[in-house]
Amino acid sequence: MYPYPDSNGHFGPFGGRYVAETLMPFLEELEQAYQEAQNDPMFQQEFEYYLQQYVGRPSPLYYARRLSDHLGGARIYLKREDLNHTGAHKINNTVGQALLARRMGKKRVIAETGAGQHGVATATVAALFGMECEVFMGTEDIRRQSLNVFRMKLLGAKVTGVTSGTATLKDAMNEAIRHWVTRVRDTFYVIGTVAGPHPYPAMVRDFQLVIGRETRSQILQAEGRLPDYAVACIGGGSNAMGLFYPFLGDESVRLLGVEAAGLGVDSGKHAASIGAGRVGVLHGNKTYLLQDEQGQIEHAHSISAGLDYPGVGPEHAHLHDLGRAEYQAVTDAEALDAFQVLTKLEGIIPALESAHAIAQVMKLAPTLRRDQLVVVCLSGRGDKDIHTVAEAMGVELN
Amino acid sequence: MGRIQATFERLKQRGETALIPFITAGDPDLTTTEELIHTLVENGADLIELGFPFSDPMADGPTIQAASERALEGGTTLAKVLEMVARVREHTNVPLVLMGYYNPLFSYGPERFAADAAAAGVDGVLLVDLPAEEAGEVRSYLQQAGISLIQLLAPTTPPQRMQRLVADAEGFVYFVSMTGVTGASQIDVAAIEQQVSDLQQLSPVPVAVGFGIASPADAAAVGRFADAVVVGSALVKVVAAYGASPELAARVGAFVRSLKEGLR
Repeated sequence: MYPYPDSNGHFGPFGGRYVAETLMPFLEELEQAYQEAQNDPMFQQEFEYYLQQYVGRPSPLYYARRLSDHLGGARIYLKREDLNHTGAHKINNTVGQALLARRMGKKRVIAETGAGQHGVATATVAALFGMECEVFMGTEDIRRQSLNVFRMKLLGAKVTGVTSGTATLKDAMNEAIRHWVTRVRDTFYVIGTVAGPHPYPAMVRDFQLVIGRETRSQILQAEGRLPDYAVACIGGGSNAMGLFYPFLGDESVRLLGVEAAGLGVDSGKHAASIGAGRVGVLHGNKTYLLQDEQGQIEHAHSISAGLDYPGVGPEHAHLHDLGRAEYQAVTDAEALDAFQVLTKLEGIIPALESAHAIAQVMKLAPTLRRDQLVVVCLSGRGDKDIHTVAEAMGVELN
Repeated sequence: MGRIQATFERLKQRGETALIPFITAGDPDLTTTEELIHTLVENGADLIELGFPFSDPMADGPTIQAASERALEGGTTLAKVLEMVARVREHTNVPLVLMGYYNPLFSYGPERFAADAAAAGVDGVLLVDLPAEEAGEVRSYLQQAGISLIQLLAPTTPPQRMQRLVADAEGFVYFVSMTGVTGASQIDVAAIEQQVSDLQQLSPVPVAVGFGIASPADAAAVGRFADAVVVGSALVKVVAAYGASPELAARVGAFVRSLKEGLR
């Protein structure tokens, strides 16, 4: 069996709890509260209620006939997380964490956000449960994602700009942690991905594994067998972990994580932490990181703000070392191409993050037999990326 | 007896509280840091905390964040900090404690670091994001090299955990005065006194208090009951303001003297 994380939150050599002492007692309290919630049928029932009635689950597993025909190999199924309320998989996790925060008596939540998707998902559940919400966001991202900033404000959240460092996701997370240390007694930190100190990587995975559980039963229903491949994009890796986890024991299913190669892994401007990083410690966990020889964290680059992060969840680092999952990277240009192909062939505009997974499938499918099965997580919809795509295509919008 | 222990014993005999100034190594450059260490000692510093910079200082407020950025821009590395410590060590016996985040040390290699730091004359290491649960490997290398891994304790640390953590404490323990980042304002002296007094009952080693101690008055108030007070951001602000000025040593010296004044 797969025994990770261990009782100290380690996935093999990865994960753990690398935080200031001030936070340690809270993390122990959180771990205990989470374990109790997991074993409480009322909590699970409530979580499922909101996933069904509020998020709109289950999300469809859609057979992409025209994309499959176009690529000439494999039958490709899209797990439609883009159809969730707020337009991405992020809401699965924020519903879970908000319910847990409420159970722990915390009336105030904070979050970090890059593109704004996790910020919107957190602001949404804060509105739903009547909680105070503050979202930390790099000023560079605030400029690039003004629509999501306004959405968060409409939802009643306070958006705090972060100017330190590169003023992007990594710095937003630093600032959220600083704020958390200051307000740990009354504030619950809703981390948006399968990273951070234990128990976050395992907890976020558990709140997201509904993706893989549904996919598994939907593909069995549609095809009567398991897929040959499960594919998902990886920034921190929460949609991928959610998709992969229920398939870990199915050895015939190859798990494929897709990192952002930006302008190319050799260009130095990318976000391929597993592909080109080294093991280190950041944001509370040990994992693969983009860093220089001195252990200083390097800037990530991706056209997709959601993948623009110099680390990756520790469980992915472990699955990579175990060889259970494979990790590849696609460039900005390949993702943009996939974005347009899916839009034209299927009438589905994917998030640029998800377009990375589609791009990998576009390379993979032609090498497969016509009857092989590929499921790919379409983690979010692409409305938020229209401006970025237009700019990349040289089209001027006003 | 190590330099840390010898220093605390000497101060205890004199009835003084230790003053531990913090500066970031390499801010604005390592030559200046080397000179500043002598300035600190000449003006009353009893131990010195030397920050080694990290790109993502998650427990620090804006002042020390900016100091780390300046140090990194100047090309400061952990190896160069150790070389500088070795030069300083030729001239002074002041205990030196390196303070920072785990990743640069992890990247250097904990075993190699312990050996090189001991050879350079480092007495203690304080790693903000390495709680006891993850510190086993580092601690054993440092112990073999004769370097103390300084334990941090926070106002949120529950009594049982505190008891467990101080049992293995070496050198001194560092009590974080409040829930927050370095350089935050407003310390609650009465609350700190109660917590420090509880901690002193448990701890086999002296108790230093840091975070938010900004003025000679703060230092004197906390110094009434603590075994040592740490002043970081307020001093780093002076370094930031006069970094390139010929007045730097005089300004830093005057500030450190005024801090030590209330601790005698």
